[in-house]
Amino acid sequence: MAEPKVPVSEYGAMTGTRLQKGAVWRKVKWPIYHILVGALALLMLYPIIWMFFSSFKESRTIFTTATTLLPAEWIWSNYVTGWQGIGGYSFGHYMWNSLVIVVLSTLGVVISSALIAFGFARLNFVGRNFWFGVMMVTLMLPHDVVLVPQYIIFTKLGWLNTINPIVIPQFFGAPFFIFLMVQFIRTIPKELDEAATIDGCGKFRLFIQIIMPLIKASLATAAIFSFYWRWEDLLGPVLYLNSPDKYTVSMGLKMFLDSESASNWGGMFAMSMVSLLPVILVFFLFQKHIVEGISSSGIKG
Amino acid sequence: MRNHSLKANLTGYAFISPFIIGFLAFTLIPMFISLYLSFTSYNLFSPPRWVGFNNFEKMFTGDPKYWSSVKVTLYYVFIGVPLRLTFALFVAMILNTGSKMIGTYRTIYYLPSIIGGSVAVSIMWRNIFSEQGIVNGLLMALGAAPVQWFGDPGAALSMLITLSVWQFGSSMLIFLAGLKNISPEMYEAASVDGAHPVRKFFSITLPLLSPIILFNLIMQTISAFMTFVPAYIISKGEGGPMDGTMLYSLYLFRQAFMFNNMGYASAMAWVMLIFIGVLTLILFKTSKMWVFYESEGGR
Repeated sequence: MAEPKVPVSEYGAMTGTRLQKGAVWRKVKWPIYHILVGALALLMLYPIIWMFFSSFKESRTIFTTATTLLPAEWIWSNYVTGWQGIGGYSFGHYMWNSLVIVVLSTLGVVISSALIAFGFARLNFVGRNFWFGVMMVTLMLPHDVVLVPQYIIFTKLGWLNTINPIVIPQFFGAPFFIFLMVQFIRTIPKELDEAATIDGCGKFRLFIQIIMPLIKASLATAAIFSFYWRWEDLLGPVLYLNSPDKYTVSMGLKMFLDSESASNWGGMFAMSMVSLLPVILVFFLFQKHIVEGISSSGIKG
Repeated sequence: MRNHSLKANLTGYAFISPFIIGFLAFTLIPMFISLYLSFTSYNLFSPPRWVGFNNFEKMFTGDPKYWSSVKVTLYYVFIGVPLRLTFALFVAMILNTGSKMIGTYRTIYYLPSIIGGSVAVSIMWRNIFSEQGIVNGLLMALGAAPVQWFGDPGAALSMLITLSVWQFGSSMLIFLAGLKNISPEMYEAASVDGAHPVRKFFSITLPLLSPIILFNLIMQTISAFMTFVPAYIISKGEGGPMDGTMLYSLYLFRQAFMFNNMGYASAMAWVMLIFIGVLTLILFKTSKMWVFYESEGGR
């Protein structure tokens, strides 16, 4: 039998020494590997697992029984009291507010980023490299420096306590997504464009009918990341939303935390889990896109 | 020869116009406003008053809280980022095998990064480190004394750093993709020459990964400097205990939006911008000494 190709990490932390030719080692190698890697994975997930089980414990026993994972008695009422919410609105209300922001922002950022990316990747115009450079610098620009002036501008525009400051900037593209899509469009053969142009296809139709369908994967990646960032965003809502009626999920959770003295830990944990649910769900459904998006953005950077 | 007709230019600019407008409206103009404000005293309600370099003077000479936030942030960045990247590289190397389970492991290890920015996770972190939380439970089980994570500034900061290291996932994915690009023949050739695993790591893996390490280092450093949510949630917006979790961004936020010192906060933002800019420049410049670009050998 041919020797199987030695995995690259043969030299890795797993063995620490060169692969022995011994049959015993070959037999126990993988089980040991899986036990170690699996244990580390479990350790990584433990905080989340702990919070999950704690959300079914009675509030006052969460900390007295912190070292036992499973609840002695499963208390579902945490989810009921948590869902009833805080600040006069149900948690569902906050979920809905977040969803509105997420959907509008994501639509805006994906469409505008795709348009811009097509411009950078496929059109020739004076100053293209300059603007592309500007975009790459913006990608690395610390956001803190525009925090204060943006707040002032949005206040003067009368946008306080509306979702405008959070949603509207998304309609002007996000450098990270533009970059991701430019990389993606560049992998599409240019002959396709030329053929379409000869057939009398204008640039806009070329973009909509030929390029867009081919970059679906990167559009999906951008949409997923936009969903995460908007769903988890705290700074935007903290700055711009000031009535509980408009609060998002992160603000709802923050209110739970601020009223921690009421020690409704069970409800707070339950709603923390609820807020993570869509994120984890999307992650498991679309992880291929996410992994590819992250990996390629890094490599080609 | 490129042919830039008027029409081609107009079409090009039409497509990228959202970026240009957004850049001017939400980045460039705000940056100029911020620069101007950094030389003023401004509380949002009365017009800005020009005060010259007062804000900067106060920052550097008259505000011990500022320096303590600088110190905390530098600890956070210069301990947290290297730890995070080392851990990411370590896990990426472990996972870079032919095993069929790799996809599953990769997913699990990446999960914390996906949910890491959320308030829920910061709340979770706050609670596993609480006085009777599992971390202290574990310490006591091991025979160690429990730690007052919220009573000691150093302990509180290490709690924040652990949270950041826990989210090593995206760097790990980038490293993993990089490792896959290294051809196995390199290692085989090295094995034939009798190279040890450690030797192979230092003379093959590390040099070939160095461009990716540089990229990760820069991006992670910038984002670490701007960390806000964990510090804000874990300290309930106070930056305590004893300013132990008062990261720069949190202090800036408090100055701007709790004390309405918009001018001072703008000055803080510009100092940070310049500092990060210089740091990035230094990283790029010194990278010539340690980053290895394969293509250069052939030129």
